[in-house]
Amino acid sequence: MPYNEIIMDHFSNPRNVGEIPDADGVGEVGNPVCGDMMKFTIKVKDDRLEDVKFLTFGCGAAIAVSSMVSELAKGKTLDEAMQITNKDVAAALGGLPGNKMHCSNLGADALHKAIEDYRKRQAVPVAKTEESGGGCCCSFCDDDFDCPVSSASPGPTCEAKVQEK
Amino acid sequence: MVKINLDYGAATPVDPAVLQAMYPYFTEHYGNPHSLHDLGEQPRQAVAAAREKVAALLGAKAEEIIFTSCASEANNTALKGLAAASKSKGKHIITCAIEHHSVLNPLRTLEKAGFKLTILPVDRYGLVDPEQLRQAITGETIFISIQAANPEIGTLQPLPLLTAVAQEKGIPFHTDATSAAGFIPLKVEELGVDLLTLAGDQFYGPKGSGALYVRRGTRLLPLLEGGIQEKGRRAGTENVPAIVGLGEAAVLAREKMAARSSSLAALRDALKEKIFAAVPHLHLNGHPHLRLPHNLHVSVEFVEGEALLLRLNMAGIYVSSGSTCTSQALKSSHVLQAIGLAPELAQGSLLFTLGPESKAEDAPYVAEQLSRITALLRQMSPLYHKYSKGG
Repeated sequence: MPYNEIIMDHFSNPRNVGEIPDADGVGEVGNPVCGDMMKFTIKVKDDRLEDVKFLTFGCGAAIAVSSMVSELAKGKTLDEAMQITNKDVAAALGGLPGNKMHCSNLGADALHKAIEDYRKRQAVPVAKTEESGGGCCCSFCDDDFDCPVSSASPGPTCEAKVQEK
Repeated sequence: MVKINLDYGAATPVDPAVLQAMYPYFTEHYGNPHSLHDLGEQPRQAVAAAREKVAALLGAKAEEIIFTSCASEANNTALKGLAAASKSKGKHIITCAIEHHSVLNPLRTLEKAGFKLTILPVDRYGLVDPEQLRQAITGETIFISIQAANPEIGTLQPLPLLTAVAQEKGIPFHTDATSAAGFIPLKVEELGVDLLTLAGDQFYGPKGSGALYVRRGTRLLPLLEGGIQEKGRRAGTENVPAIVGLGEAAVLAREKMAARSSSLAALRDALKEKIFAAVPHLHLNGHPHLRLPHNLHVSVEFVEGEALLLRLNMAGIYVSSGSTCTSQALKSSHVLQAIGLAPELAQGSLLFTLGPESKAEDAPYVAEQLSRITALLRQMSPLYHKYSKGG
């Protein structure tokens, strides 16, 4: 088994699965080309995350990451939740296998996007958050790139790299 | 707890008869076959007998068999050995897009060393078109390597049609028959191949046993240089127990192939029927009937393969997947890309390979679990939600 007990627990019994129908904010990252795709919906009350739910298409790590992010974020203020990094999530899960740190560990980014979406709707200007995992990871090389909507094409700099190899 | 192995493509158990045959060569007859004294005698005879047995499986002559440590070594020996021996004739090599990495990677290395490589495409079933092969051949072509069967999607290549093209032009033809050996007839004369790779661990022989058939008269330089073992074509002290085991597995394969393959195909068809009845939005990959008898490859739409694999493992069902996430390199299977499978379907791919412990009773349980797990994962899949909403 490539995963530790905490990851397997979150994978087997994921917390907060679903989609909040009248969500205050929605955040999506990844696409099926990468192998992982996450959608977070949030409910905000008095500047706190009253509810957080996720939908994830992805591997064991991606599902565990989503579940952990939802647990870490629930009940936090928006500013606190914006401080959660992908690294924190991996640490809370007792560490992710090296090759999964990059692609599957996008949960915090999805959460942040949902909060940004909420703030946009409230018309509160926000400082751009630093995305720690990148939008998408090329499945042919190790490059981050902005996810294409529906394309099997490698990352922009990938072809050259693959040729080198 | 239920344990249903449907990943025999990864490893097969050693047949008890094979193991029995191997035992004495670890202990009593541990000698080196090249010793001139009495301790070498029994091992020498055993290696010679095993060579006859492997040759018989292929309808070849014993002296045309080189023992190797695995299929990867046999493939490397064939490809690099042919290239090194044919440099003066030309520098062009032809293969196809869905070969195993132990064929594609050595060929890419040769390409870096100055050889020209043509990688033929395959159709959506994984078939190579003989006409495309004919058109790819140039005056510089020194050999062609196209697999007998694909280990992932199970597609059987029309080898006699492909080798006929090579024979017209007098070009040596190698086939990686690793996943086919022991399950479909592989008589080298009928196939028309000049080199053929197989490995014992795919058909109930031990790991660490492989062989390369090289037609008499085919020029090949050795990959492993050293002593004069295998007539100088592969140096290194013979792994006598593994060679004996491979020989025994070849005998069993020859005796039981027809019965073994028809029973596996029947079990596979029953499994296919059950899971297709139980799981909506399931897609069959590979050819509908030109496929290995023990292979079933499907894509489960809207979910990812590693998640399926881990959940099935929790239910005691062992399978494999070609999804990006299941590979250490995080690359989706080159085979699924080559057949043009949509990325999300490649991500949801599952490979079932049946084997000696597969039973008819397995199918309903596997179908039930796959249905339950798929529903559960779809419930948390943004792609499925989007689909359900009609988006």
